[in-house]
Amino acid sequence: MGCRVKRTLSKMSLVFANVLALPALAESATKVEQYQLNLTKGVTDISEKVYDLHMLMFIICVVIAAGVFGAMFWAMWFHRKSKGAKPANFHESIKVEIAWTVIPFIILIVMAVPAAKLLIDMEDANQPDLTIQVTGSQWKWHYKYMDDGVEYFSKLATQPEQIQGKFEKGHNYLLEVDRPLVIPIDKKVRFLITSDDVIHAWWVPDFAVKQDANPGFINDAWAKVNEPGIYRGQCAELCGKDHGFMPIVVIAKTQADYESWIGEQKDIIAKAKAEEQRLLSMNMTMDEAMTTGEKVYMANCAACHMPNGEGLPGVFPALKGSQIALKDQPAHIDRVVFGVAGTAMQAYAKQLSMTDMAAVITYERNAWGNNTNDLVQAKDINAAINGK
Amino acid sequence: MSEKEYEKYYVPAQSPWPFMGACALFLLAVGAGNVVIETTRGKEGFGSYILIAGFATLVFMLFGWFRNQIHESMSGLYSEQLGRSYRQGMAWFIFSEVMFFAAFFGALFYARAIAVPWLGGASNNQMTNEVLWPSFQAMWPLVETPGGITTEAMPWTGLPLYNTIILLASSVTCHMAHVALEKGKRQQILGWLGLTVLLGCLFVFMQVEEYIHAYTEMGLTLQSGVYGNTFFMLTGFHGFHVTVGTLILLILWLRVAKGHFTKENHFAFQAGSWYWHFVDVVWVMLFFFVYIL
Amino acid sequence: MNTPTSEHHHESHDHHEHHIPKGIKRWLYTTNHKDIGTLYLWFAFIMFLTGGAMAMVIRAELFQPGLQIVEPNFFNQMTTVHGLIMVFGAVMPAFTGLANWLIPMMIGAPDMALPRMNNWSFWILPFAFIILLSSLFMEGGGPAFGWTFYAPLSTTYSNDTTALFVFSVHIMGASSIMGAINVIVTIFNMRAPGMTWMKMPLFVWTWLITAFLLIAVMPVLAGAVTMVLTDKFFGTSFFDAAGGGDPVMFQHIFWFFGHPEVYIMILPAFGIISQIVPTFSRKPLFGYASMVYATTSIALLSFIVWAHHMFTTGMPVFAEMFFMLATMLISVPTGVKVFNWVATMWRGSLSFEVPMLFALAFIVLFTIGGLSGLMLAITPVDFQYHDTYFVVAHFHYVLVTGAIFSIMAAVYYWLPKWTGKMFDITLAKWHFWCSLVSVNVLFFPMHFVGLAGMPRRIPDYALQFADFNKWISIGGFAFGLSQLIFLALLIKACRKKGEPVSAQVWEGAEGLEWEIPSPAPYHTFETPPVVK
Ligand code: HEA
Ligand code: HEA
Ligand code: HEC
Ligand code: CUA
Ligand SMILES: [Cu+2]
Repeated sequence: MGCRVKRTLSKMSLVFANVLALPALAESATKVEQYQLNLTKGVTDISEKVYDLHMLMFIICVVIAAGVFGAMFWAMWFHRKSKGAKPANFHESIKVEIAWTVIPFIILIVMAVPAAKLLIDMEDANQPDLTIQVTGSQWKWHYKYMDDGVEYFSKLATQPEQIQGKFEKGHNYLLEVDRPLVIPIDKKVRFLITSDDVIHAWWVPDFAVKQDANPGFINDAWAKVNEPGIYRGQCAELCGKDHGFMPIVVIAKTQADYESWIGEQKDIIAKAKAEEQRLLSMNMTMDEAMTTGEKVYMANCAACHMPNGEGLPGVFPALKGSQIALKDQPAHIDRVVFGVAGTAMQAYAKQLSMTDMAAVITYERNAWGNNTNDLVQAKDINAAINGK
Repeated sequence: MSEKEYEKYYVPAQSPWPFMGACALFLLAVGAGNVVIETTRGKEGFGSYILIAGFATLVFMLFGWFRNQIHESMSGLYSEQLGRSYRQGMAWFIFSEVMFFAAFFGALFYARAIAVPWLGGASNNQMTNEVLWPSFQAMWPLVETPGGITTEAMPWTGLPLYNTIILLASSVTCHMAHVALEKGKRQQILGWLGLTVLLGCLFVFMQVEEYIHAYTEMGLTLQSGVYGNTFFMLTGFHGFHVTVGTLILLILWLRVAKGHFTKENHFAFQAGSWYWHFVDVVWVMLFFFVYIL
Repeated sequence: MNTPTSEHHHESHDHHEHHIPKGIKRWLYTTNHKDIGTLYLWFAFIMFLTGGAMAMVIRAELFQPGLQIVEPNFFNQMTTVHGLIMVFGAVMPAFTGLANWLIPMMIGAPDMALPRMNNWSFWILPFAFIILLSSLFMEGGGPAFGWTFYAPLSTTYSNDTTALFVFSVHIMGASSIMGAINVIVTIFNMRAPGMTWMKMPLFVWTWLITAFLLIAVMPVLAGAVTMVLTDKFFGTSFFDAAGGGDPVMFQHIFWFFGHPEVYIMILPAFGIISQIVPTFSRKPLFGYASMVYATTSIALLSFIVWAHHMFTTGMPVFAEMFFMLATMLISVPTGVKVFNWVATMWRGSLSFEVPMLFALAFIVLFTIGGLSGLMLAITPVDFQYHDTYFVVAHFHYVLVTGAIFSIMAAVYYWLPKWTGKMFDITLAKWHFWCSLVSVNVLFFPMHFVGLAGMPRRIPDYALQFADFNKWISIGGFAFGLSQLIFLALLIKACRKKGEPVSAQVWEGAEGLEWEIPSPAPYHTFETPPVVK
């Protein structure tokens, strides 16, 4: 840790150097043209009403502030000693006191009425046209279309190299995912929001929807989107290390497009099932397993166990040199397939194909100097899951 | 207020005890933290030594501090005004203890009136039940958790009822001791106070019996869901307070035996008895909300 | 308000000066309210620098998009510990320090009512923070779950040093409770004859009410951390649905403490401002009685608004409605305070010494923070604001330009009384103006990035937030450096450099503390003054 502090300090001095070179920097940032100052109006009726309410509140606050500060600056300017002001001696007035208790109260009522109405509308998720279960887990979202049986995970698609500053940052830096949620427009879509581990919050500003995903409970929210488009949001509740890397992307399509999309998804799922069965009877070579394994590892496991397999001491265990990864192969399979209940280690049976699990386990048993030479095959995973 | 009420203020000189008290709390906190980690994670370490050192320092500090205090008090350095300060200080301390229990009572009420019914589908949580816990039925006491742990509910008859009677009786005897003190009858004080201490011990003993019964025969443990949690945390912290209270009363008894306290000057005695009554009131609340309802 | 004046001045105290003990023991064993006040204030300032240094790490990482300086896990530790240190280590001890110095002098008491306990409650603090800070250097690092430590992130998913966090919060809480009891008992019992309730200076009033808040809610925090401990280590399931608990229950318990806690950090500030504004307006405080009632109402209301931090947790509509309305109501008594200050200035004879500058900045900037708080209270819109930098902007306006500015105002106001010398006015003005400008560069743009959708507690952000974040960081560094001016000034003041001052120090200052000589003698009011 001592050295971490030193490293931090030396890096900080770099940042200060940057501050001095400010003018040069200003340019590089301006290429992102779309920055905004105010709340979004969004694309649902509700989100527009929220925006209007926000503006109403804002204006009232500005007026109050102007009044108070106006009086104050007046006094500061005209009643100052250096201008020879002589102090008055009044220090009480029941009338004024009542006035400035009652008037703010009335202002509050003016604010509360529209707020209460809008709140009731927002919380009415009854009679949806479509229901989607949204489940947060460290650090990805799982979407499940309750009526169509389509379900998949959605996670950050920005390359790590962009985050580390090795590659140029793309336009949708940190706001892009591998598989967006797709919903139809003009339909009341109800989201059932929950979590598998810690609390997350599903937030899409354009829908004015932000709901906490509480493990063990389901919250609902809804949106009826008016325009097709791509809408981006982020997890809005601190959920551990990669809370900042848990974006949400929703694509709203016309009903027809949506339906064809759902059709495709069903096809894909069916094909994947068949493919999985086919692969069960096949064997990967070591090289194949290692290349696939590395990809799967970087995408799914590196967030916690770190790309170098060393984990974060005291938080996430190292796999490099771990007893399980070196010796106990059945335990290794068990950890990956079923997870470790009550820890951040999730069950991957639902998330990865058997081949991928086999590959990643193989990878872990042979990477970073874990040279066990063990080669795990999809059928081993199948045996663990289905007991063969 | 009249002038003559204003005797000279007593401001104590420098004292090493508070600082030692801070050191004690430091050792206790570090020790407790490490003990918790070591025992639950099966690690090796010095936690328990640090914890014991902390306790030792605390006890040493309390003795030293109180010895000073008693000495000052007996040598008449105190004013009435100081007595008031002590009494009010004690009263507010007890209030803070009430709020500590309030947190756990709050947890009990919340679990019972909100969390469990919601898991069973009440209020805006119909989907919680349908999707996540389809086979769960809300009930209280929660003898089967959503996760499937089962246990038994502790009845209020039997041990808990006896304990209620014991503690209520001890409050009366404690009060009698106080009455005796105001009359200045030392033998009576010793009798009543001694009886109170015995009742306190009896209570703790019965409570331990109850825990053993719960653990060995009923499958009711600290781990058996929120019913067991609130049950053991509330009765456990209460039991801890009874133990401390009994110790305080025991020390008071010894001091009475040594001839301390007068009709006018008996703050420590009053504080101890207040504490005891507070512990008693908490129990009545507990008996009602944890056992009967 | 009738200004208290004391009947007999103390010429006799000088012969007590030789009682002042020397060396380290003076500070370790002291029972003197002034020494303890000084200890509290220095401790708070050191914690402010420590917490500020962590804020600098946060701002440096957020200076530009991408991960440059720290890993996300360490970033979370910085955020968490920054919040904890500033709240429990800087603001609260600073107010307690001021209470120690001032309350006895203001009510004509020789010392606090329970001087030994006073020493105990101070010395717990450094130890508590040693524990908290040392966990940063242990395996797994320090707490990384936010200062609000929501379960189950702080239970099942946290690392084992959480146990140390829990116990350090326990002893911090014990310290606060003892401090609060001391304040209450002092005010109830040690007022000089004639110092009736409605003659008490407002600082004393606000602290009295704050102390009640403290003893009511600190034990609840202790309960909350205890449940976190048992959930994490002993298999209870208070916050776990599988055992019939609820993670949201944690938030209810926490915020039942947490909301009154934020008023604990602002009520004494209101008291300070109510002392300073009349002095430099040369006019009695307007609406003394209504100030007292307003403070009381704020305190009472603070117990029934906690769930405004939890609008997105999925409470039923009627609960959201209730907490929205109750929260909005708090604006009324707070407004009364602001209006009273302005009315005090109205037709006064104003001058702008450094304490007044800070007080004026407080009034304006706190009001901005309060108004954004009011916007946050509106549930439907809070769905958009919640957990964004809009909230971060809100609470830094009320905490930094509110609580911290009031503390600085107080230090400048009473420092000459403490040291007997005028502080370096030039440095003080530099400190004020640099702080004023930079603090707004630091926190004002946070409103915009928040509205534009930047979540809080993230180490890296999307490109559209880059420009503002750069300015925020620059403002942050500038504000941090400005505090070094303050440090220099304080060191100078403690070495007793500067012009000697009169007993009254400020023309227009009224109250018992201005009638004793400057520097205030080690022991004041061994026999009580009579207040007329
Ligand atoms: C000193 C600390 C302090 C103070 C004084 C306040 C004061 C207020 N706060 Fe703030 N608040 C915090 C510290 C504080 N807050 C912190 C630390 C958090 C974040 C915690 C976390 O999540 O980490 C927070 C978060 C927070 C939230 C949750 C936001 C979210 O997470 O979504 C809300 C929501 O209602 C809120 C509301 C208010 C209100 C209504 C007031 C009111 O008291 C303000 C009243 C003042 C005024 C309104 C201005 C003056 C009045 C007038 C000039 C009169 C005329 C005006 C009218 C009648 C309209 N605060
Ligand atoms: C009283 C309370 C208080 C105070 C005074 C401050 C002061 C500051 N805060 Fe803090 N803040 C909180 C309370 C406070 N904060 C809380 C409760 C949170 C929420 C935590 C959570 O999410 O859990 C928070 C969160 C928070 C965040 C959000 C982090 C996140 O969500 O990821 C940020 C980001 O900019 C921030 C910045 C700052 C800055 C720049 C200051 C500055 O004012 C600090 C200035 C002071 C100094 C800098 C120290 C003095 C100078 C030196 C030591 C010399 C070194 C100087 C340089 C290197 C320039 N704070
Ligand atoms: C969100 C964090 C997280 C992710 C993502 C994650 N793990 Fe883990 N993993 C953990 C934690 C925490 C443990 C320790 C569990 C325990 O306490 O036993 C663990 C334990 C393990 C173990 C046992 C190690 C040992 O020595 O005990 C293996 C093997 C493992 N993980 C493999 C994987 C694989 C393969 C993946 C990806 C497909 C993965 N993990 C993804 C958090 C994670
Ligand atoms: Cu998921 Cu934050
Ligand atoms: Cu609040």
